[in-house]
Amino acid sequence: MEPQFLPAAIAAHAPALLVMIPLILSAPAAMITSGRAAWLLAAIGVGSALVLAVEIFLATRAEGAVLSYAMGGWEPPLGIEFRIDALNAALLLLLGSTGFLAIVFAGPSVADEISRQKRSLFYSAFLICFAGLSGVASTGDAFNLFVFLEISSIATYAIIAMGWSRDRQALTASFNYLVMGTIGATFFVIGVGFIYMSTGTLNMADMGRAIADLGANRAVEVGFAFILVGIGLKAALFPLHQWLPNAYAYAPNFVTTFLATTATKIAFYVIIRFSYDVFSINSGLVTNAMLWVITPLAIAGMLVASTQALFQNNVRRLFAYSSVAQVGYMLLGLGMATSLGLSAGMLHLINHAMMKGALFMALGAFALSYGIRRIADFKGLGQVMPLTSAAFTIGALSLVGVPFTVGFISKFYLIQAALDAGWWWAVAAILVSSVIAVFYVYRILVAIWVSPPDEVRKASAKRVPLAIAIPLAILAGANLVFGVWAEPIVAMARAAADAAILAGVAS
Amino acid sequence: MNPYVVLRVVSKLLIPLIFLFGLYVHFHGEYSPGGGFSAGVVLGVGVILFALIFGMEAARKAVPPYAARFGMALGALLFASVGFASLIMGGEFLNYTVLHPDRTYVGQHIGIIAVELGVLTSVTSVIIAIFYAFAGRERSGDTAED
Repeated sequence: MEPQFLPAAIAAHAPALLVMIPLILSAPAAMITSGRAAWLLAAIGVGSALVLAVEIFLATRAEGAVLSYAMGGWEPPLGIEFRIDALNAALLLLLGSTGFLAIVFAGPSVADEISRQKRSLFYSAFLICFAGLSGVASTGDAFNLFVFLEISSIATYAIIAMGWSRDRQALTASFNYLVMGTIGATFFVIGVGFIYMSTGTLNMADMGRAIADLGANRAVEVGFAFILVGIGLKAALFPLHQWLPNAYAYAPNFVTTFLATTATKIAFYVIIRFSYDVFSINSGLVTNAMLWVITPLAIAGMLVASTQALFQNNVRRLFAYSSVAQVGYMLLGLGMATSLGLSAGMLHLINHAMMKGALFMALGAFALSYGIRRIADFKGLGQVMPLTSAAFTIGALSLVGVPFTVGFISKFYLIQAALDAGWWWAVAAILVSSVIAVFYVYRILVAIWVSPPDEVRKASAKRVPLAIAIPLAILAGANLVFGVWAEPIVAMARAAADAAILAGVAS
Repeated sequence: MNPYVVLRVVSKLLIPLIFLFGLYVHFHGEYSPGGGFSAGVVLGVGVILFALIFGMEAARKAVPPYAARFGMALGALLFASVGFASLIMGGEFLNYTVLHPDRTYVGQHIGIIAVELGVLTSVTSVIIAIFYAFAGRERSGDTAED
């Protein structure tokens, strides 16, 4: 690959280094006992991944640019290939930047929530999770993808369960996720097995070519169904989302912030990769799956999960349900099976990471100052913590889709794509779901800004540490900046969608 | 201490053999079924048998829990270091052929044995650590380390 700003020797290995640096740093993080040193290792790992992601992103800007890295020098399709085009590059950049903001936020938040002896192991597990997610986003080998998916999932179960010192329910939430996630991963690997049986290859690009030559084949079709269900579980595709609300509600705040901005997104990427590039979006199988499975479930998710969010008293649970609904928007874009729809879905993926990042980080700041998570406890926070409340409000308004926020931009493009496809009923669903979002956000905002604060709380106002204030301000600012100056994000989403379509045509 | 003499005597005889067999499985893994993972399980089982017969105290003295925790990470570190070594010597990540300057097959040998040694260390330690975690549980429900 053409080196962009890093030295050529590093740039040539950027795809491997991006995954391997966090992975190798997880080992010393587990060896030491100091939480601070482990945090530093985590910050170095995620920071270097961010730098490498920027390098990769710049190198894949040109249309049709694909980076291929042969692991261990074994040439694809036999060896494991890391294959990165504009679609993965966008994901890697998102993962790196939100991961880095989250790890800065982690400093004070983890110190508050996780016992001293467990911190270094916690950061080690986080690094493994991060490396696994980057691996899923980089690899071009279907079985390797499964391995990275399991690496990230197992680490995720561990770090969610670390919320137990605050609330024992974290243990059952994590166990639920473990059972569901394992079923999902098993379904995925069964699906890959079916395809391997019929095509004799595990390389995804090679699989795409072989499936196109094969024509209609029942084993391959069954494989697709298994993969869709397996990854649908990971992506929290309605009604496979049951693990998500509790996992998000009881995990440590830092974990929720990181997972809400990345984990389901990576799974969504895998669905795109398989439906566009391994299978052809124009084949009857995928077209039908999009129209009769993905789209109805996406719309059901948007409406039902938003409605469920209305009845939650725990704020993090509320936003977890809202995340399920937001995954519905992304899947709706994918379900349109058009270029416009896919880029609207990608756009919402990026924007949603900004909104939920800001929201969960602000909730983390509230939790750090007052240890609160119920709406009733949010009374008057606007007076005692005005800046954090303002950042929270920006995220919340963006979630609803108020103009001049990124939420408006992604809904605008999504509605445009739906009208272009002639799906007026999808437009109606988007609008109804947004109206429901107004109601659940309204409940919280009224508590924060309108209700008077308790006297006790007024007296005990604490300053939010800079390590939380800065990343929160960046995320909240990004919601506004990219809500007005939308071109870079829109261009990124469009390039990602084009890359997915192009790779599908090539195979 | 286990009161059954037969068990004690037999396991005293068996444990060294189990370890020896584990090492055989590891170093012959290149040519026959085996390798770091299966060898690691065999070694770990040797320690577990020791703990079952001679008690947790003795086992904790022989293989301290912190050594198990350290070993888990050390194995992963060893594996990844081979990858980075091959990067530094000018190949792709984990490309063993560059590990020897002239003869590529020697490089392959070095690479696979070093990597498998990492796997062996990690798997042995993880097996022991899992056993300690379960065996060390108190009846009240909380783990002993908290």
